[in-house]
Amino acid sequence: MTELFLKGHRACAGCGSVLALRYVLEALGKDVIVVNATGCMEIISSQYPESNWGVPYVHCLFENTASVATGVSRALKHLDKEGTVVVIGGDGASYDIGFGAVSGAMERNEDILYVCYDNEAYANTGLQRSGATPFGSATTTTPSEMGGKGEWKKNLTFIAAAHAVPYAAAASVAFLPDLQAKLKKAKQKKGFRLVNVHAPCTVGWKINPVKAVEVARKAVECGLWNLFEIDDGKFKLSRPVGEAPVAEYLKMQGRFKHLTPKQVETIEEHARSVKPELEKLEKANVNFQRFL
Amino acid sequence: MQNYVKPKCTNKTGSWRSQKPVVNKEKCIGCGTCERSCPDMAVKVVDGKAVVDYDYCKGCGICANECPVKCIQMKPEKE
Repeated sequence: MTELFLKGHRACAGCGSVLALRYVLEALGKDVIVVNATGCMEIISSQYPESNWGVPYVHCLFENTASVATGVSRALKHLDKEGTVVVIGGDGASYDIGFGAVSGAMERNEDILYVCYDNEAYANTGLQRSGATPFGSATTTTPSEMGGKGEWKKNLTFIAAAHAVPYAAAASVAFLPDLQAKLKKAKQKKGFRLVNVHAPCTVGWKINPVKAVEVARKAVECGLWNLFEIDDGKFKLSRPVGEAPVAEYLKMQGRFKHLTPKQVETIEEHARSVKPELEKLEKANVNFQRFL
Repeated sequence: MQNYVKPKCTNKTGSWRSQKPVVNKEKCIGCGTCERSCPDMAVKVVDGKAVVDYDYCKGCGICANECPVKCIQMKPEKE
């Protein structure tokens, strides 16, 4: 493992995203080519003239990551070589800036394994709001004086499923066996595969680094981040939707410190309303690939 | 796959630490939870006991928090 991603990277102490990255390389092995969007994982690992990467690595812009990966994947096919093209992109690159290219690659069903580490803000550039920032969260562009972000987080995994991709899954760094199983399953498949990993950011979420993994676990336990997969269009929950009170999860994080009891109640109501919907979806045995 | 750039990183991050994890070898059961939850790959289970690589450990304390038997304690670096 240590040969695939070297020690000494410059991530903050307690970084959840680098933990996700570690698991990705561990689960996929050395036969991969990594295409890395601009973001935290790029700046911490590729300071000239050194590199932490033990696997072939391409760094590209926010907006064209999926397009570069398309080129790499097609070149491999043309040369008749084996190997998995893995994209590592943050939520900024995947949910927002690079989304056009990601959507295009999904629609063309390119042979790419896309791993999005979702730390719920533009952490690298100074914590601006992103499409993945949850309701009520304070960022530098949605400050606490304004009550934090006023909109809900978008669901990239379902957006991928709406493109009828072969595999789309939501995972978390706090549930390692589940994350590894999903990555291994995705590796076996052909076509566009998305694994969306919830990864805490100690600076952005204003949490004690000690609690980083615990916070990620709480997010799943209270139902604000749900683990599921959409395999060949079939939706399946990986664990029952959490029912713990959201207040506990919110209290652990400085980015939610300003929330009024009413806002907390809104989030609680939202989390509780998700459970029956996801359960209905699982029971109905809907085929997402038939929506096209 | 062939790698054209030799991976190399001489950056030691141990100096970032303000608190250091100290393993109580008697309590440690060698389950490997700390090894798996370290973002810096700085903990390893050797001969059934957790060993911290202080050259790279940034002192985040996730290992201490995740340890099921609580055998890792965070102590001030200066002591």
